[in-house]
Amino acid sequence: MGELYDRFGPALSTGFVALVLMWLAGMVLAPNLMMIDYALRPNLTPSEIGTAADGYTLSNILYFFGEDVHLAIFFKTVWASTLVAAVTLVVCYPLAFWLAQTATRGQTALVLLALTIPFWINEVLRTLAWYIILAFRGPLNELLLATGLIEAPMRWYGDGGVLAGMVYAFILFMLFPVYNAIESLERAQIEAARDLGASTVRIHARIVIPHAKAGIATGCVFTFMLAAGTYVAPALLGAPGSRWFTQIIYNWFFEGGDWNRGAAYALVLLVLCLAVVLVSLRVARVSLADVAR
Amino acid sequence: MGSPPGGLSNSLRAIPEIHAMSHSVELADVGMSFGDTRAVSDVSFTVESGEFFSILGPSGCGKTTILRMIAGFLQPTAGSVRIGGQDMKGLGPDQRPTAMIFQSLALFPLMPVWENIAFGLEARGMSRPDRRRRAEALLETIALPGFGDRMPGELSGGQRQRVAIARALAVEPQVLLLDEPLSALDLKLRQHMRAELRSLQKRTGVTFIYITHDQSEALAMSDRVAVMSAGILQQVGRPRELYDDPETPFVARFVGETNALAGKITQSDGMHVGVETAIGPMKGRARQPLSPGQSAHIYVRPEAMAISRAGDQEPASPHTNQTEVTIARLDFEGAFALVHGATNTGETLVAAVASTGLSAMPEVGSKAIFRFPAEHGMVLADG
Ligand SMILES: Nc1ncnc2c1ncn2[C@@H]1O[C@H](COP(=O)(O)OP(=O)(O)OP(=O)(O)O)[C@@H](O)[C@H]1O
Ligand SMILES: [Mg+2]
Repeated sequence: MGELYDRFGPALSTGFVALVLMWLAGMVLAPNLMMIDYALRPNLTPSEIGTAADGYTLSNILYFFGEDVHLAIFFKTVWASTLVAAVTLVVCYPLAFWLAQTATRGQTALVLLALTIPFWINEVLRTLAWYIILAFRGPLNELLLATGLIEAPMRWYGDGGVLAGMVYAFILFMLFPVYNAIESLERAQIEAARDLGASTVRIHARIVIPHAKAGIATGCVFTFMLAAGTYVAPALLGAPGSRWFTQIIYNWFFEGGDWNRGAAYALVLLVLCLAVVLVSLRVARVSLADVAR
Repeated sequence: MGSPPGGLSNSLRAIPEIHAMSHSVELADVGMSFGDTRAVSDVSFTVESGEFFSILGPSGCGKTTILRMIAGFLQPTAGSVRIGGQDMKGLGPDQRPTAMIFQSLALFPLMPVWENIAFGLEARGMSRPDRRRRAEALLETIALPGFGDRMPGELSGGQRQRVAIARALAVEPQVLLLDEPLSALDLKLRQHMRAELRSLQKRTGVTFIYITHDQSEALAMSDRVAVMSAGILQQVGRPRELYDDPETPFVARFVGETNALAGKITQSDGMHVGVETAIGPMKGRARQPLSPGQSAHIYVRPEAMAISRAGDQEPASPHTNQTEVTIARLDFEGAFALVHGATNTGETLVAAVASTGLSAMPEVGSKAIFRFPAEHGMVLADG
């Protein structure tokens, strides 16, 4: 801060600081405070505003804890988001390792480009692609039928479809942190381990994964939060049995017309996601600062 | 303390059975190409068991490539590598009785020292208490008792060095491969570690193949040295042989300091040859008969060069060479000084003089006579 003032003088520096504070207040604090405010008020008709009923209450949040179906969907969302993070990690880790340690520079550039290009397209359209691929009479079923792996077309929409769509949507958020972490591992360490007789599994378990832990945790946290907060994939690729918690929030806002209850649900999701993230970081012994890097 | 790792062999994972009689490493016509780049061509040498063998050469000459072919990280594109009489073709680094010490050491920074040392034993399935015991014994060997629970980042450069050696010795290799392990250390520590490595090698009896581009290091530590240049093996020999009797012009110039005078052979009488140089006829000693007219260099070590004042000319003799120079410069190096003399044709000759004799030297700028015995003039044909 002092350095800032030395460098740019009091007027400009005060301007910078004010802008940053305004950004924090306007973009981060205000919406969240609004949401908390909404969550803690009852849903009132216009005529009731300003009357005795217009006060802070926990009823919206308590309502959620009384709704078994919503609770079940909530926990399923947390669990399924964890699964999405895990599957994304399993998909990305070998690729990240190959890119970081084995591939030539040209191969790395090509693969990263190929993976990035789809992300220039809107998330909805990307998910729509999976909607087409997984359709009952879509290419995936046709391929499987043609190769004789299945005898009748399968219904992919539902848990499987949602999982596939999300893993695909979040691959880069996992790949980049893990790739960066493995990239910084000195090649000689892997060679030394191999020279000392370690198997491939041991090399990864003892050398590569411990080294890449912060990157892996970062990727998992990103993916988990994105998965828990996503709406598109479950809406397009889901089935009635695979509802996502965000869909319930959406319903409160736009179909139930109860913004307060919707805000309360969103608040619960936020708090519990945060808790899951902090607990898993604690378990992995990675600090939040490492993740931000 | 200091006994070679024992009582461990049973727990080692199957490594190709090696017959105790010849633990040597043999390279036969080994070549290695990376695409179009030929890094190593036709290298053949044999390392005896228990030998301290160095590979010496300038940067980029293929030393690391050779070491990695012995270790199994690279498969030679030509020729064969045998260890203990057995062809190593197709075997990876984990299947060879070698252990490598990397230029960067490559200690595992997230494991405490003892786990680093015991890593190879862990890979072989030894139990944790046994591993710990072995690691402690090896820490004794490298004179770092009680350091087991430190992290590698908490050690000094020299200590890290020793941990890397202990980690490699823990798997009881037949051959230890060292890739310039001392290059990151400062001079004093480097000299200390040289002696330590040497004594460790003698105590353990393990064959050491040691890479360096520092010729004094190679000469001081090794039983034998292989000198390389641009992927080609120039000469293998004991340090004295390389220094006193180089086989190729490259070895003559690269190993130790030398004066080189270009000329043509004028007469050749067995090993005694005459060379006509720009500063006059010189007499020297050849390794093999040379034919008159061949272009050659005569190489003279600075310490073979004696200096006397101008006017002290000796009568010409068949056993000495002399030439008049102007003293151009004097580099004081501590134990000795290098006196640079400029000949009347503009060439520079260097003589090494013990510092104790410096006061008797002619001043810079004055004339002097440089003289060397014919037997110290090594004549090698060019090319
Ligand atoms: N993987 C590779 N691909 C292409 N060329 C290589 C590769 N490894 C080494 N080389 C080339 O082979 C030659 C020998 O390399 P090497 O690493 O063996 O040299 P070195 O003697 O160990 O040198 P230094 O003393 O600098 O370590 C060099 O010209 C180098 O550029
Ligand atoms: Mg090298």
